[in-house]
Amino acid sequence: MIAETEVTAELHARFGEAAFHEQSTVDRIPTLWVSRDTIREVVSYLKSEVDQPYAMLYDLTAIDERTRTHRDHQPDSDFTVVYHLLSFDRNEDIRLKVALHEPSLSLPSISDIWTSANWLEREVWDMFGITFDGHPHLRRILMPTTWKGHPLRKEHPARATEMGPFQLPDEKQDAEQEALHFRPEEWGMKTGGPDTDYMFLNLGPQHPGTHGVLRIMLQLDGEEIIDCVPDIGYHHRGAEKMGERQSWHTYIPYTDRIDYLGGVMNNLPYVMAVEKMAGIEVPERVEVIRIMMCELFRIASHLVWYGTFAQDVGIMSPVFYMFNDRERIFDIVKAICGGRMHPSWFRIGGVAADLPKGWDKMIMDFVQYFPKRLREWDKMVMKNRLFKARTVGIGEVSKDECVDWGATGPFLRAAGFQWDFRKRRPYSGYDRFEFEIPTAERGDSYDRAIVRVAEMFQSLRIVEQCVKNMPAGPYKSDHPLTTPPLKEKTMLHIETLIDHFLGVSWGPVIPPGECFVGIEATKGNNGYYLISDGSTISYRTRIRTPSFRHMQMLPLLSRGHTVADVIAIIGSIDFVLADIDR
Amino acid sequence: MIDAYWPILMIVFVLAVVMTIAPGMIWLERRMLALWQDRYGPNRVGPFGLLQVAADAIKMIFKEDWIPPFADKATFILAPCIINATTLLAFAVIPFGPGWHISDLSVGLLFFLAMSSLGVYSVTLAGWASNNKYSLLGGLRAAGQMLAYEVFMGLSLMGVVMMAGSFRISDIVEAQQNVWFCIPQFLGFFLFFTAGVAETHRLPFDLPEAEAELIAGFHAEYSSLKFGMFFIGEYIGITLISALVVLLYFGGWHGPWFHPVVWFLLKVFFFLVIFIWMRASFARPRYDQLIAFGWKLMFPLALLNLMVTGAVVLAMR
Repeated sequence: MIAETEVTAELHARFGEAAFHEQSTVDRIPTLWVSRDTIREVVSYLKSEVDQPYAMLYDLTAIDERTRTHRDHQPDSDFTVVYHLLSFDRNEDIRLKVALHEPSLSLPSISDIWTSANWLEREVWDMFGITFDGHPHLRRILMPTTWKGHPLRKEHPARATEMGPFQLPDEKQDAEQEALHFRPEEWGMKTGGPDTDYMFLNLGPQHPGTHGVLRIMLQLDGEEIIDCVPDIGYHHRGAEKMGERQSWHTYIPYTDRIDYLGGVMNNLPYVMAVEKMAGIEVPERVEVIRIMMCELFRIASHLVWYGTFAQDVGIMSPVFYMFNDRERIFDIVKAICGGRMHPSWFRIGGVAADLPKGWDKMIMDFVQYFPKRLREWDKMVMKNRLFKARTVGIGEVSKDECVDWGATGPFLRAAGFQWDFRKRRPYSGYDRFEFEIPTAERGDSYDRAIVRVAEMFQSLRIVEQCVKNMPAGPYKSDHPLTTPPLKEKTMLHIETLIDHFLGVSWGPVIPPGECFVGIEATKGNNGYYLISDGSTISYRTRIRTPSFRHMQMLPLLSRGHTVADVIAIIGSIDFVLADIDR
Repeated sequence: MIDAYWPILMIVFVLAVVMTIAPGMIWLERRMLALWQDRYGPNRVGPFGLLQVAADAIKMIFKEDWIPPFADKATFILAPCIINATTLLAFAVIPFGPGWHISDLSVGLLFFLAMSSLGVYSVTLAGWASNNKYSLLGGLRAAGQMLAYEVFMGLSLMGVVMMAGSFRISDIVEAQQNVWFCIPQFLGFFLFFTAGVAETHRLPFDLPEAEAELIAGFHAEYSSLKFGMFFIGEYIGITLISALVVLLYFGGWHGPWFHPVVWFLLKVFFFLVIFIWMRASFARPRYDQLIAFGWKLMFPLALLNLMVTGAVVLAMR
């Protein structure tokens, strides 16, 4: 039996108990099934009427339930749409699920309640073919417009080898090229105002200022931006689909490549979610090692942002200094993990190896060396008057807008909202560390820079505390599902040998369940919503990434500014294309 | 005999010097930037990577010279020629030492201003003829920027002209026997140098090409030797501005011990390095900020400089 939480009591009081069906999940987030006729009312009640409202639409996704076997006590459903809401006042989440049956795969859109639902609903339509009635512009978002099928449906092939040879006859090529033609109406743009014709400027997908394969259509009046529409999906590699064919263990390297500047920090929410479902408690040493590596990667990621941001506003040199120092971090990462950008070093139940000899000296040298450099760059970049002229007041956004659009991380904190998952929901033992959460006030491009620079100092503080207080103990937990398992006893008992053999050959079998774990990643809140069907692979892997939400805000940030400002704004968002498209 | 051939000798000399400095600048710039940015720069081809320039030149000559089908062909070809022609012509009035000049025009300075004004056509026409939106934006920016900076460039020079009482560049140099004009005309020097940087569209005034936003701006569609001409044209322009700064404000060829030409070249070299140094350290302002800076601050300052100098020159008489 599930203990009734405060929010379920409130919902029962408002809509009656019959309107909901409650489901228990591993992550203990209250999960309620709602009918598609009431979902809009429930959502808007939770957003605006209830005390301590659920202000953020944290995630919106779907599950293809048709081949799922372990569905104990859940209502019958072919496809399930999942709404994940977050309340800052309560520091609690709620998950709402709507069951849909074939062939009627549609439900009302909530994009008028939350602007951020716009892209999320488009994604669900693109991936599952579920339509949202009342959506202003329901078209494909990640897949090309000519794509046939909906990739995250179970019947859609996961590998190119299942799809037959690729052919491009002339007619198909012509059709594909025709589909690439830009027609403003299809993008929801006007071609002219009352007395002007607008100029459309195609920025990207091959443009140095977009930091990757991102395309933005700018609607210009002179150099002033009337509107812009980001076109994403060029970096879409189907990471969520891959989750449904890789074993729990072999999926770890794929997570590294989501926010590809965050390295092992991407492993963390994934392995924590799996560990939760498996019931693994990791030793304290593992927690501290993980935090230490994550914070080093946070600095490395912020350094890339710092340098490229400076370059975006035309300062040529800092990027070289920052990449040089990032190289120093990679020297440490190399010594510890053996890899550089994508070490895939965390494991289910621990980390891949113990710390090497001399690791502490390497890190302490860096901790002592780095603050001086940061202060030097402060003079070079942050106090640079031209830099300020280009960034202060550019791309301003308020706290409420951030919350409404689902912005997290430094983006949200720059708008004056002190919310950091490391402090508010300490995971992996962050509560044992002393650090501060830097914030700023105006929420413009410059403030986002201030927050990130201050965060580097704080990360350094955490790393230093890790080195000074590294607990002794094993680097993997002693649990049958730890992968690969500890080897000490393997040659002694037949049971552990079998466990080891199965864990390494098949991969671990994770008990059925659902679990979400989110962390404060480099760019904002990164989380994994995993569903296990009691098998060696995940039934559904949903990756909630911060950059997707932030990119959706670009038109809001850049309207009324100039082309040059868009580049500064893009730089200040600090996104990674793989983190948007997955 | 030598007198009759002197101008021809000088033409050869000036062309040789300029055409050595300009490609040399490519190497120097890449090596200096690398030095300031903790990296090596080109160091593989030849001693210290010096032959990198030769390698680049060979590559540039043998690349396909492509003219986009949507471009306005005649203008497209004309544009890169203009910048080279005007900057090289301006060198005709630059004396490298006493008597070391192609033509000592009595209106030398005006000739230089005329040539540099013509130079803007190159960039604007290139941006327009390319028929590419990025190039067009670059060309537009160039036109706006030139307009804003051309005006006070001319005005800022008038202080020097008043003090020397001549438009002839050699007269201006001679007038600096005792004190370099950079001291009484400090403001004028600052204004002219700023305008000069804008004229050559180098950072922080490189908005027409702004690689972060417009990628290459006005010359985005250019390839092969036509691109090379823009490339070299830019460096000749930098050399020209440096030479003028030296002649007008830093005593030209005056200096002890060495031959005047050596002194002149040394001083020019110093300013060339300043140009590179600025590129390594400045941020790029936004288009409207740049134009506002030109019209609202630099232009009034140039007028002020003109009036104060005029008043002082009158009072001294």
